[in-house]
Amino acid sequence: MSEAEAILIKPLAPDAGLRVTPLNALHRELGAKLVPFAGYEMPLQYASGIVKEHNHVRSAAGFFDVSHMGQARLTGADFGTAAAALEKLAPGDLLGLKPGQLRYTQLLNESGGIIDDLMVTRGTDGEGIFLVVNASRKEIDFGHIAERLPKTMTLHPEPNRALFALQGPQAATVLSRLIPGVEALGFMTSAVFGPVSVSRSGYTGEDGFEISVEADAAEALARRILSEPEVLPIGLGARDTLRLEAGLPLYGQDMDETVSPVEAGLSFSIGKRRRSEGGFLGADRVLRELAEGPKRLRVGLKLEGRAAARHGMTIADAAGEAVGEVTSGAFTPSAAASIAMGCVSAPLGKPGTELAIHIRHATVPAQVTSMPFVPHRYVRKA
Amino acid sequence: MALIKYTEDHEYISVEGDVGTVGITSYAQEKLGDVTFVELPATGEKVKQGSPIAVVESVKAASDIYAPVSGAIAEVNEALNDKPELINQDAEGAAWILKIQIFDPAELDKLMDRDAYLAYAKAEG
Repeated sequence: MSEAEAILIKPLAPDAGLRVTPLNALHRELGAKLVPFAGYEMPLQYASGIVKEHNHVRSAAGFFDVSHMGQARLTGADFGTAAAALEKLAPGDLLGLKPGQLRYTQLLNESGGIIDDLMVTRGTDGEGIFLVVNASRKEIDFGHIAERLPKTMTLHPEPNRALFALQGPQAATVLSRLIPGVEALGFMTSAVFGPVSVSRSGYTGEDGFEISVEADAAEALARRILSEPEVLPIGLGARDTLRLEAGLPLYGQDMDETVSPVEAGLSFSIGKRRRSEGGFLGADRVLRELAEGPKRLRVGLKLEGRAAARHGMTIADAAGEAVGEVTSGAFTPSAAASIAMGCVSAPLGKPGTELAIHIRHATVPAQVTSMPFVPHRYVRKA
Repeated sequence: MALIKYTEDHEYISVEGDVGTVGITSYAQEKLGDVTFVELPATGEKVKQGSPIAVVESVKAASDIYAPVSGAIAEVNEALNDKPELINQDAEGAAWILKIQIFDPAELDKLMDRDAYLAYAKAEG
């Protein structure tokens, strides 16, 4: 037996030079299989395994440590000035954020490629902007933003804050027991509860919350949440199968600096005003692709059989011509099927199109499918 | 009692007469995690010791399974087509992967016995 991904079998050397989150000791205590991820030592899974963890999030509530992600605050200007400054770097409608609201957008480079995707939250007091970016990109993102801010404004990375997610149909019941009031939040809104910031958001397609807390208080809060009977700790393995089923792209897999938000299927996140006004890095390409359609497109794919499609595998059309590449894929528990995302020539992006994926020596039939693969169950409030 | 030998790649081969039953060890399945797919070879296929003969996929990775000895594939475990998770439940029993007609029993001498394998797996962590 050989390992395609050595991370699964090689124990971590104690001196691997990896950063740790405030929950590192707790992960070890919980029997996590720790792996290097984005420069951090993170739990791939706990004792129950990826499939049980995945199913637990879909049926009850799962706790994720995502403290490796980058958190930062923008200060030095009123909300309007700060949002306008960020809008030069991202195509989302940030000026339209209401107090406490958050929005998904992307940092773009000059040629319209995605530097990273991120969440932007407007403070509940109406002032302040809070960012959450990917772990693997945080230094790049923070440098990119800081260089382009007006002189009066400052970006403050917050490495001393931990970030958790609690996801699943029981998440609201559980968290409202500990933090009364969170149940009143609607999807993509946030509020501050004492020392803790909570938003109703996540990366699983389920209802749930993301919780930002000072590192000093992180372990106590994590233990408190994990002591609730509905909650199991969930590792990166299940986080990946859950987000794949939810049709949510992963930076570095499904998108990179060459891929535009239109190609990545993220046009929904580009506000109407931004489409008419432009005025952001990369707008030339993004507006052109919105008007004329992109050359290639991220699509969902459902494969025949159980073999998994993996990042980089070739996608072919009915005639056997290469038309794209798989960007991520797995046999996932709730879909109970081999599903994938891939980047294909745009005319082939219509659901129902029959394609094929080269997996090792075989050519496996795959059909373009609309996403999500498993319906979202977000809780929206009036 | 069948002779059981082990490879450094975590396959076992349980030998009765000139037929060996091949699978992955309990240790290996635990390291792999939840198995979602097993790609089986065609029966009759002739393979050399150390050549890839099957693939075991878990949620996160695909792993080649190598022939512990040279031989011809005599039988494959069709039950794994519908229930690959059997590997996690009974890797060294019901979840055998294939049977191989052994060409040269002397090749078995290069493999580890159980005690040597357990020590090897323990050292690997």
